[in-house]
Amino acid sequence: MQTLYDKLWAQHVVDTGSNGADSMALLYIDRHLVHEVTSPQAFESLKIAGRKPWRISSILAVADHNVPTTGRDQGIGDPTSRLQVETLDQNCDELGITEFKMNDQRQGIVHVIGPEQGATLPGMTVVCGDSHTSTHGAFGCLAFGIGTSEVEHVLATQCLLAKKSKSMRIVVEGKLGLGVTAKDIALAIIGKIGTAGGTGYAIEFAGSAIRALTMEGRMTLCNMAIEAGARAGMVAVDETTIQYIQGRPFAPQGELWDKAVAYWRTLHSDPDAVFDQTVNLEAAGIRPQVTWGTSPEMVTTVDGVVPDPNDVLEDIKRQDMEQALKYMGLQPNTPIQSITLDKVFIGSCTNSRIEDLRAAAEVVKGKHVASTIKLALVVPGSGLVKYQAEQEGLDKIFQAAGFEWREPGCSMCLAMNDDRLSKGERCASTSNRNFEGRQGPGGRTHLVSPAMAAAAAIAGHFVDVSQLSLS
Amino acid sequence: MEKFRTFTGVVAPLDRANVDTDAIIPKQFLKSIKRSGFGRNLFDEWRYLDHGEPEMDVTQRQLNPDFILNRPRYTSAQILLARDNFGCGSSREHAPWALQDYGFKVILAPSFADIFFNNCFKIGLLPIVQEGKIIDQLFHEVNETEGYALAVDLEKQILTTPSNAHFSFEVDAFRKHCLLNGLDEIGLTLQHAEKIKQFEQKRREEQPWLFS
Repeated sequence: MQTLYDKLWAQHVVDTGSNGADSMALLYIDRHLVHEVTSPQAFESLKIAGRKPWRISSILAVADHNVPTTGRDQGIGDPTSRLQVETLDQNCDELGITEFKMNDQRQGIVHVIGPEQGATLPGMTVVCGDSHTSTHGAFGCLAFGIGTSEVEHVLATQCLLAKKSKSMRIVVEGKLGLGVTAKDIALAIIGKIGTAGGTGYAIEFAGSAIRALTMEGRMTLCNMAIEAGARAGMVAVDETTIQYIQGRPFAPQGELWDKAVAYWRTLHSDPDAVFDQTVNLEAAGIRPQVTWGTSPEMVTTVDGVVPDPNDVLEDIKRQDMEQALKYMGLQPNTPIQSITLDKVFIGSCTNSRIEDLRAAAEVVKGKHVASTIKLALVVPGSGLVKYQAEQEGLDKIFQAAGFEWREPGCSMCLAMNDDRLSKGERCASTSNRNFEGRQGPGGRTHLVSPAMAAAAAIAGHFVDVSQLSLS
Repeated sequence: MEKFRTFTGVVAPLDRANVDTDAIIPKQFLKSIKRSGFGRNLFDEWRYLDHGEPEMDVTQRQLNPDFILNRPRYTSAQILLARDNFGCGSSREHAPWALQDYGFKVILAPSFADIFFNNCFKIGLLPIVQEGKIIDQLFHEVNETEGYALAVDLEKQILTTPSNAHFSFEVDAFRKHCLLNGLDEIGLTLQHAEKIKQFEQKRREEQPWLFS
């Protein structure tokens, strides 16, 4: 009996290799998403070798990492960023690749636009030169990040050499508490298994709490699978998946739709499928999460305190904690809710979809950002998310509260454009990585859910959003 | 890709777990559309005291004397000894490019992040997984002995220390074959072009919505 991962894998093996179970298999790739940072060298090498892309129609390209979130009519100010984006435009134009250019309303973060367009479909293999490609696994597909050499490999051959991972099932049963979201599930899992806990595994998220999540929530969860070390995260197909896809531009229609849906309904693990490892969590026990350190596993609950390295016996772990606290400018045993912030960022491929913006707007409505907050940013995941939010009046809610309402892109998640933290600045961020310097050199990142970030912006410090919801 | 057979190099110890690719090569250097020139900005935020930008002349920048690679005894290092989960985070191949461009040929650690591990093989940088106990011992020996070098024999899959102790290591047979012979993986895959076409045709018939 097969796991979902077994089924997806078996569907795509072109050649098993010659070394038995230990071989590198040749895996067929259905969808190749491309962005400006990890593709220029691949296109260049392809050209030098005199090769052409194998199947142009499998590729969808967009610039997201470098694009400015303000003043787009003036183009990109930074010449190196501009060259990188222009290089993508040029490569796509020359080869006839579908690309959503910067001023196209469909432009946005690659992991937001793929699903939004229906370019991500169940049963596919989806790759992109970006580790957060795991996001697309929310649709019951096998999706994982690759490096630039592999981008070139997929361009040239429509295949990748890959070794099958082990399988892990993470089961979350029960009902989430008020104000607790998919982001909190993701961070709680990483807190439990660590950032290397999923290394070598493909993770399937299952259980009643996962079934109850919307597609946006499932994408947030699968997005963070890589922060648990797993290249791929996935959720089985159900009605929620199918309803989300129906009617999207790249999705099949009519007779093909019916045929596709019939197949997609088989994309789940068989009841007696065996996993190499299983992790269980109780949904009711998950509280809103806040990271305190420089790795996503350095996380606690909003009612917790910054841990004390002296309580840790293992030398390397203790040193890492001390280093992290020094970088973060935090003392052991500081209550999380007493941590004050300088900036707030709501956005990224983890949390910039319509549901995320709605959740944040609900907290913000009728209130104002604390006077101590220097900048509170909302960066929608795509032009279409932005449009939808504006139709619902969310932009007005954010702006009235003192948030800036920006154009779509990766923005302050990795600070490749002008949106960044200055040295020592502390940020509540809905992104995925709290590494040193990630949001700007010397910047201090605390990862949280959109509602938690919004509540922190209003209070100027972390507050328990589940308490807010109750009052 | 250059062939990799045997290699002896000085070892530098980087005693931190979870070294992420943002630390290996910070984002401001990813704006380049080239594959080379990343070595001077390897570990930029740890290696220099000032903040680095791509256009800066690194010879004019102030080195952080506390950073391990800046210590005179490690300036010629070509083997990096690291801790658990090395290379976690982003899929940027710029991280292995930067390590290789700096001069590293081998990275030794108890565990690596999947994407980074995979990316290394594609460019001929050899990541070796070695059990934690041995890594601990190597850290100890490197710290004790200036000029400490390890010999790596990929063919035999053996590491040899200056005191002639041997440690075997695992490496995937196909990856080893590619490294030993400096093979271009794309060329190898294209030998299966007919098979790929047949697979694609069958898929097109069975799941036509994937091709519309």
